[in-house]
Amino acid sequence: MISIDPSEVRVRANRIRCHIVNMICAAGSGHPGGSLSAADIVGALYFGGMRIDPARPDWPDRDRFVLSKGHAAPVLYAALAERGYFPVEDLVSLRKLGSPLQGHPDMNKLKGVEMSTGSLGQGLSVANGMAMAAKIDGKDFRVFVLLGDGELQEGQVWEAAMAAAHYGLDNVTAFVDFNGLQIDGPVTEVMSPLPIADKWLAFGWHVIEIDGHDIEQVFRAIEESRTVEGRPTAVIANTIKGKGVSFMESVVDWHGVAPKEEQRNQALAELTERRPDR
Amino acid sequence: MKKIATREAYGQALVALGQENGDVVVLDADLSKSTKTIEFKKVFPERFFDMGIAEANMVGTAAGLAAAGKTPFCSTFAVFATGRTYDQIRQSVAYPQLNVKIAATHAGLTVGEDGASHQSVEDIALMRVLPGMTVFVPADAVEVHGAVAAAARIDGPVYIRLGRFPVPVLHGDDFEFVPGRAVELRQGSDVTIIACGIMVAEALQAAEDLSAEGINATVLNIHTVKPLDEAAITRAARQTGAVVTAEEHSIIGGLGSAVAEVLVENCPVPMVRVGVRDTFGESGKPGELLVKYGLTAADIASAVRAVLKRK
Repeated sequence: MISIDPSEVRVRANRIRCHIVNMICAAGSGHPGGSLSAADIVGALYFGGMRIDPARPDWPDRDRFVLSKGHAAPVLYAALAERGYFPVEDLVSLRKLGSPLQGHPDMNKLKGVEMSTGSLGQGLSVANGMAMAAKIDGKDFRVFVLLGDGELQEGQVWEAAMAAAHYGLDNVTAFVDFNGLQIDGPVTEVMSPLPIADKWLAFGWHVIEIDGHDIEQVFRAIEESRTVEGRPTAVIANTIKGKGVSFMESVVDWHGVAPKEEQRNQALAELTERRPDR
Repeated sequence: MKKIATREAYGQALVALGQENGDVVVLDADLSKSTKTIEFKKVFPERFFDMGIAEANMVGTAAGLAAAGKTPFCSTFAVFATGRTYDQIRQSVAYPQLNVKIAATHAGLTVGEDGASHQSVEDIALMRVLPGMTVFVPADAVEVHGAVAAAARIDGPVYIRLGRFPVPVLHGDDFEFVPGRAVELRQGSDVTIIACGIMVAEALQAAEDLSAEGINATVLNIHTVKPLDEAAITRAARQTGAVVTAEEHSIIGGLGSAVAEVLVENCPVPMVRVGVRDTFGESGKPGELLVKYGLTAADIASAVRAVLKRK
């Protein structure tokens, strides 16, 4: 059972959002929309959802998190820093020459990053491989992977979905960040991946649908996925792209644009005002 | 001379490796009977995964297995192992430098009757350009055993190019496979023939035929195209003053290109590349294709005569 108080995670998720806005503004480029939509899911995983130890990033029995939608790197970096993997002050080095915080995650440059990602569609295959290794070795670690909804357009995702069910990888939990938008517009207009839940069901997965901004629902999905036997679990998380910053919410153009300083200040003011601990 | 296809040797070498290394796992994409990974499956079913006709996922899965401490070998035909999966190899294997081995069979024109769709003549070029990728092109069954064992010892991505067609066994069992070290099979003073894979046997035959004309050739066998033995190639070029390369691969981007890159910087000498000349193959018997596309001992000998005129 997850013992952490969801209200504490809400505070962390809020801080993760502040880090995201701040670091992308400092970098002058990056992907705020899909980072903010995933902040509650990733926050819940790093604060209570996963069996991890920041002091031992190479611990063989740790749970793994693969950020398949690698352009949301800021949410991963913010969560790692907030969890104590590296100093929060380093977050503003995002995308700068020589920084371990590459534009897309690099597992060899930053401890805690489990897989280098960025080319969409590849993370679930990798998560499956990690889960297969756990099965071979009789280890009980779990592999979590976060996919974008637009990313579901990549054919490799479905190759991997088939394989995970075929090999009964019940130690895999795949979150789909269903924020409904991609670079060129709404996913339903660009290349509809709908119906999403039915597809995962048809591929032989256990499927849970949640509000991806409700920490308690995220925790319940994680706990439920740990109890499912013989099948992997897909968590379809309904989210809002740009969640938490009023002028970014559900706006396509905030997929890959950095806020200017004034916009950052407004965003931070909004996020601070909404801080659940105040 | 005894002939064995390098894919046959691969199946045996995998079993031997599996016995001494419990971390080795093998993945295939519905071609285990052809790639001979089925030999490993027979002995170690719990460490063998058929990933179906889904090569991209196979490579990504191998990356995950490697990230969790395994030493995966992935096999399918070379045309699929490098073409269908190029982005997965680049992004999920080479960039993170994961310990994945891509062992591709049915390379080159000698796939034969299946035709151009199945004849990979670009794979060496595709793999060689990737940072940190080791590229082995074994010339015979003995080198396959060495290459497979060496690949398992290397902590990082390795590509092994294997063939369908039986080729002569060139080495004795005492042969020592040293990654990155060229093997001088014959010494001569007039020209150096540099070959890899199935073209090594052709190069030796060409050298034998040329000796009757009073032309003495050095023959270098390059079982490791990357990292390339630049010192041995430069030394041989300096000693002989002319070079011919031979590969069952496009002359663009493969062994010939790699040798040219070394020589133009270190020891420019007249050079001719024997290989597939910027074209796709076609259906036919392997032997017929080697003749039609200019990949025989006679073609190498002609190239030597031509290059000597430019000395």
